Formats: sequence, structure tokens, C-alpha cells
Amino acid sequence: MRFYNYDPGEFYDELFVAPGQPRPEAIPLIERINSLSDGELERRQQASQIALLKLGVTFNVYSDNEGTERIFPFDIIPRIVSASEWTHLEEGLKQRIYALNLFINDIYNDQKIIKDSVIPIELIDSATGFLKPCMGLKPPGGIWCHITGTDLVRDRDGRWYVLEDNLRCPSGVSYVLENRRVMKSTFPQVFDTMPIQPVEEYPSHLLETLLNLAPPHLSDPTVVVLTPGIYNSAYFEHSFLAQQMGVQLVEGRDLVVSDGYLQMRTTKGLQRVDVIYRRIDDDFIDPLAFRPDSSLGIPGLMEVYRNNRVAIANALGTGVADDKVIYAYVPQMIRYYLKEEPILANVPTFLCWEPQQQSHVLANLDKLVVKAANESGGYGMLVGPFASPAEREVFAEKIKANPRNYIAQPTLSLSRVPTLLEDSFEGCHVDLRPYILYGKQIYVNPGGLTRVALKRGSLVVNSSQGGGSKDTWVVSNQGSNGSTQEQMSVSSTGFMTQKQSN
Amino acid sequence: MLSRVADSIYWLNRYVERAENVARFIDVNLNLLLDSPTGVIQQWEPLVLTTGDLPLFKERYSEVTAENAIQFLTFDRQYPNSIISCLFAARENARSIREVISSEMWEQVNSFYFMVQEAAKSNFLSNLSEFFAEVKMASHLFSGVMDGTMTHNEGWHFGEIGRLLERADKTARILDVKYFILLPSVKDVGTTLDELQWMALLKSASAYEMYRKQGVHRIDPTAVAEFLILNREFPRSIQFCILQTERSLHEITGTPLGSWRNPVERTLGRLRSELEYLTIEEIVQIGLHEFLDKIQSQINDVGDKIFNTFFAVSH
Repeated sequence: MRFYNYDPGEFYDELFVAPGQPRPEAIPLIERINSLSDGELERRQQASQIALLKLGVTFNVYSDNEGTERIFPFDIIPRIVSASEWTHLEEGLKQRIYALNLFINDIYNDQKIIKDSVIPIELIDSATGFLKPCMGLKPPGGIWCHITGTDLVRDRDGRWYVLEDNLRCPSGVSYVLENRRVMKSTFPQVFDTMPIQPVEEYPSHLLETLLNLAPPHLSDPTVVVLTPGIYNSAYFEHSFLAQQMGVQLVEGRDLVVSDGYLQMRTTKGLQRVDVIYRRIDDDFIDPLAFRPDSSLGIPGLMEVYRNNRVAIANALGTGVADDKVIYAYVPQMIRYYLKEEPILANVPTFLCWEPQQQSHVLANLDKLVVKAANESGGYGMLVGPFASPAEREVFAEKIKANPRNYIAQPTLSLSRVPTLLEDSFEGCHVDLRPYILYGKQIYVNPGGLTRVALKRGSLVVNSSQGGGSKDTWVVSNQGSNGSTQEQMSVSSTGFMTQKQSN
Repeated sequence: MLSRVADSIYWLNRYVERAENVARFIDVNLNLLLDSPTGVIQQWEPLVLTTGDLPLFKERYSEVTAENAIQFLTFDRQYPNSIISCLFAARENARSIREVISSEMWEQVNSFYFMVQEAAKSNFLSNLSEFFAEVKMASHLFSGVMDGTMTHNEGWHFGEIGRLLERADKTARILDVKYFILLPSVKDVGTTLDELQWMALLKSASAYEMYRKQGVHRIDPTAVAEFLILNREFPRSIQFCILQTERSLHEITGTPLGSWRNPVERTLGRLRSELEYLTIEEIVQIGLHEFLDKIQSQINDVGDKIFNTFFAVSH
């Protein structure tokens, strides 16, 4: 399999400028693949899938009693981002996370941004992610979003846009780490010759971020990862991160509020917990404060949290800024809190609650993508150009009935990356989700999860709808591997290996 | 450690060991049948009976044929103690504590499950004994991998306890199989056929060679029973399992051996010392089957007390 016939087409292609002309940072990879013997690439693709299944890097499909698990389909042609472009993205993401944290802290405390008429109060009050019980909370360091997975897309003209911020419990980082592990064994020579920035530091940074939340007087704080349990589709990731950090993975039933503290049930009795990395949604975390029917949470946790006797990452209530109407105001937040111009652009967004914008949306339903403000994962969405007139009519009615709940955006032509489909390379559409940690400083893991739509021509990258993933390489433009490798020290004392005496 | 985690690692090991022993169960019967003179009716009902699940079997199958018994004990997903169900449960437990056990342990139990799943799909009857040999080896691999890759900490000791209690129980049941097979033909006692059957039994517990090495060279039924019940050094004998369980238990609690501070330590210590001062003659006097029955219920009692002491922590 060779790239000689690959045509990037009319889209922005992440690896090729034109047919037969790879981008400079991709040249060593393309040359390597072109030099492989026939069938070798397919063999490596298969080997990588088997490796992922063996590692148990799976997500659950519990539709039958065999507990079927599927691996998230993985394509071995990586997506490459040049280091200079990455620097730009990294700065933009840091700026955005910084502003979003100031915003959330402001909303749950002084609400200056409302008083200064930048955002109308009705929009906040009507956001489903806005949690009244969180008013007045002061999480350690004023940080609310410790872990973020921002979705970025690139349009036909090569410009990057922020699609979603994902400030609650973003998942997928385990695929970044495991995909990289598999890629290193698939293309070891390429890693030797290309300066690819490492992603493996993520778990250490995550642990630091969590330890940063414990009260300083504790010399050995107890950090746990809280999971809904093995039937959750992202269970592998919860377990993987706990393992990589060397902390306990707990379920709600392992925890109990006792003597005013959060404690876990151990073989030696109850033991105090200081920091929770929770992978349970706000609504489910404490049946006394939120949904009373939740069996996943811990009754009384909110009270302990409010008394600052346990830290939670991400803080409760961050979902207010995930509302797609609030999202539209992020550029204003950056200007308001930071007095800076946004480095990364939002996708242009029309707000249906504003009458003028609503009539524009209704008049152009065949060109726009309409999204419900509080849904994710591709639900509650209308892709105008691909929808039938009847479907558009349904959405027009929905918009008129509840304008606050709808936004509209132009249909973007997502960029593409060559992908191994059956026995040829096809350009497939991708997005990018980098992972950002906010501890003492903001850290952006270099690269992130590239999700790819594996059906020909499809724009949907979600794993539940036929999407897969690729490794993402942030690569310096110049020359060979710049990282310094320490010389292995060789023992000079020359101990002999012991032998069995005859 | 978390009670739930301790519970899972305990059951992970119990289920792997159980799968191995079900394979040994069927294997002993297959071996016994191979050594039987032609014309003797194949006996599979006693095998199902010793699992304690004969009523469940009768609900699901019309008659006890070799095929039905093997299907039930090996590949029946509705039967919770079949090999495939045990591995499914072992794997689910392992999945819930992947961050506690080593990756190598997870990979071993994962590929063990896939191996059995593949076998369930294929036409298995053609090379049954090869399959059971693979099951035994995969189980040995698992315990070896656990021994060699996991810190011998509290969790490891809970795993050991699970494995050893399960093994003690199953060795008792394997001995019982012979008892039932023997019953209808008391006249065979002491004949060549009888000796062949006891050899088959020893082989099924991987005990034949070790039995031969311990000094008693003749295959003597009483000596075989003594070896599998009271030997302190053979790793599948009941007494060996009880001794090691006690050692792990006291590693967890820190209580000095020979004393007790909780119901598990007391029950287990009592059982261990009973076995220490028991002779095979006394066991024969009680009746082998009756003795084995009692041992099984004592082991179950230890299991219940472990649950109440360590796994069911309330406020």
C-alpha cells in the first residue's frame, strides 16, 4: 500500500498539501509507509487492533449477556500537527481555560459579569448546568475546571475553531496514552527519526493537579478516582487512570459520610478521603443535594464539600459553561476578564433567543447545523444540508417553542486525514480533543485525541456512531530528534554472572 | 484496602481455581472411564452430584449423558459454576480491580476467558482432554503470574486465601467422585481395576508422581486418601491449603499464629489443629464421604466469616 495515488481532494488535508506532496512535517512518515513491503501496513494495522483488545482498551456494549466489549476502532495513520501550530493552539487553550475558570467562579460568587451587562442573567438562570446549591462555593485556589477536553475542528480554509469546551467529565485521554503505546511498537523507526512530543507525562500531571487540591497541612493526602462502576462505557479509562496514578478506584458504595468527613470502607475500617477525581455527573453525585433517585452517589457529600473537608475535581457546577448558549459568550468572557483578544475562535454561533438571529436561522435551516443547548454526543441535532424538509420543519417548530434551548452554526467542512479503509487510503474527517489540566499552572498535553469518521464521507466522529481514533503527533519542523538521551552507564566493576558449578 | 477490592481479588482467585478444578473433575471421570473395561455403563451422574448442583442440572437437561454433563459443567453460561461462567465472573472481578492487580494478571485472565470462549464456539468434543489440560495450565499461569508480578501485600494475601479455600473444597469433592464411582461395585476393591481408578484419581489432582515419591510406593486407597487430605507438603492436599490460608490470614491481620482475635482466625485455627491431630484411620472410621461432607461445610463456614469480618464493613 502506497500513498502515490492518494488524493486529498477539495478538503484541508492534515498530511498532504496536494497529491503526492506531503506536508513537510509528515515526510518521514510518508516515506516510511511507502517503503513498506506489500501487505505490511495491513498486518501492522491488524496487530495494533489485537494489541488493544489484549490490553483490554475497550468500551462496553452491554446489549447481550456476554458483556460484549469493543475496542474503539483505531487507525494507524497518525494525524500530525506541526510544533509551531501547536504552540498557537496551546496558548489559545490556556487563555480560554483561564477565562472560563474566572467566569465560573464569578457566576457562583459575585456575578460581576452579569452586573456589568455582558451576559444576561436569564441565560444563566435557565442553563441546566447552573446549580443553585453551588452558590458561594470557594474551591481551593478558585479553580473549578481542573480537567478539560476541548473539542477543536479545522475548516476547509485551515482555520481552527473551538466546537465545545467539555468542562464536566471529559473522557478519552486513556486512548491517547494507549494509542501512543501501540504506535511506538508499530512504527519504532519513525519515532527514532521524528521529534514527536511525548504524551506519557499526563498521569503524573493529573496526580499533581489533584494533590494540589488537598489542604497543605496534610502530608499524605488520600486521592481517589470515583467511577459509576464497570458497566459505565468509560470504565476502562477510570481504572486505567487510577492505576497509572497509583490511587484507589472507588464506587459510590465504597464511600460514606461519617463524622463530617468523606470516608471509604476498607478491610481495616473507615478511612478518610481528601480529594476525589469524580467521573460521575453532578446530578448523580449526592442524592440529598441533587437527584434523589441516584444510587451512584454518596448521600451527604455536598455538605462535606461545602465545608471544604473534601476537594472535588472538576468542581460541581462547571456545566453552566458547557451550555451552548453560554459557550457563545466565551470570546466576550476573554475580553471581559483578561482584557485580551481571543486567540482561538468560536464557531460562529446564532442564538435563537435573539429575535433577529432567530429569523436568520429559520430562513437558512437548509445551510445550518442546529443544536440543543444542553445535549452532547451528537444528540438533539439537525444537520440542515442533510435533513429532509419535514425534519427541518420539526426543528423550526422546536426553535419557536423554546428559542433559549437552540443555537445554530454554519456547516463546517472538517479537515481530513488519510485513513486505511479496507484496502486503500481514504481521506476521513477528523476533530481533535486536547486535554488540559489546571493545577498550579495550566498544562496542555501535546496532541490529544483525534477522532475520525470511519464511514466514507461521514462527518460524525462519535464512538457510538461509527467513529474511531488516531494517534496525534506534535512534530517539530526541524531535523531529527532534539531530545537529549542520557548515555546508559555501564558498570565498570565487571561483576561476573554467577554460573552453576559442575 | 477497600473492602470491595479485597472481595473482588478473593473471588477472582476463587473463580480461576474453580474453573481449573471443574476441568480436573471432568478429567478424573474421563480417565476413570478410559480405564474401565468395555461394557461398563458410563457414570456421569455422580460427577454432577458431587458439584452439589444436580437439581439445577435436572432442570435444564433431560438425562445425564456424557455430552450433557460436559456441556453443563464446561460451556453452560446459565450454570454459574461452569468453566465459562467461572471465567466470566473471574474476568468481571479482575476488571473491577484492574488498577490494583498487575497488568500481567489482567492479561492472563483476559486471554484465559477468550480461550474458553473460542473453545465453546468450536466443536469441542474432538479434543476434550487437550482443552482441559489448557484450562489447568492457564490457571497455573495465572497464579504464577500473580506470584511473580504482584506485591505480596494485603490484596495478594486475600487472593491466596480465595484460591486455597477453593482448592481445599475441590480436592475434597474430587475424592468424593471416586467414592460415588466405587459404590456400585464394592467387589472391585483391591482389584487391578480399583488400583487403576485410584491412579486416575491421583493424576487428576496432579498428585500421582508426588504420591509415588513420598515413600509409600503401592497404590493403597487409604494412603491415597491420607495423602490428599492430611499431607502437609503437597500443594493440593486439604491440610496444606488450610495451613497456607491461615498463614495469609495472619499476615493480613498481624495476629500472631497460634492465637486469634476474630471469628475467622478462630474457626480456621480450630479446623487446622483438628486436621493436625487427626489420623486416616479415624477418618475411615467416620466414613470418608461423611468426613469430606463435613470438611466442605467447615470450609464454607470460614468463607462466610471472611465475608462478615472483612468485606461487609458498615459505618
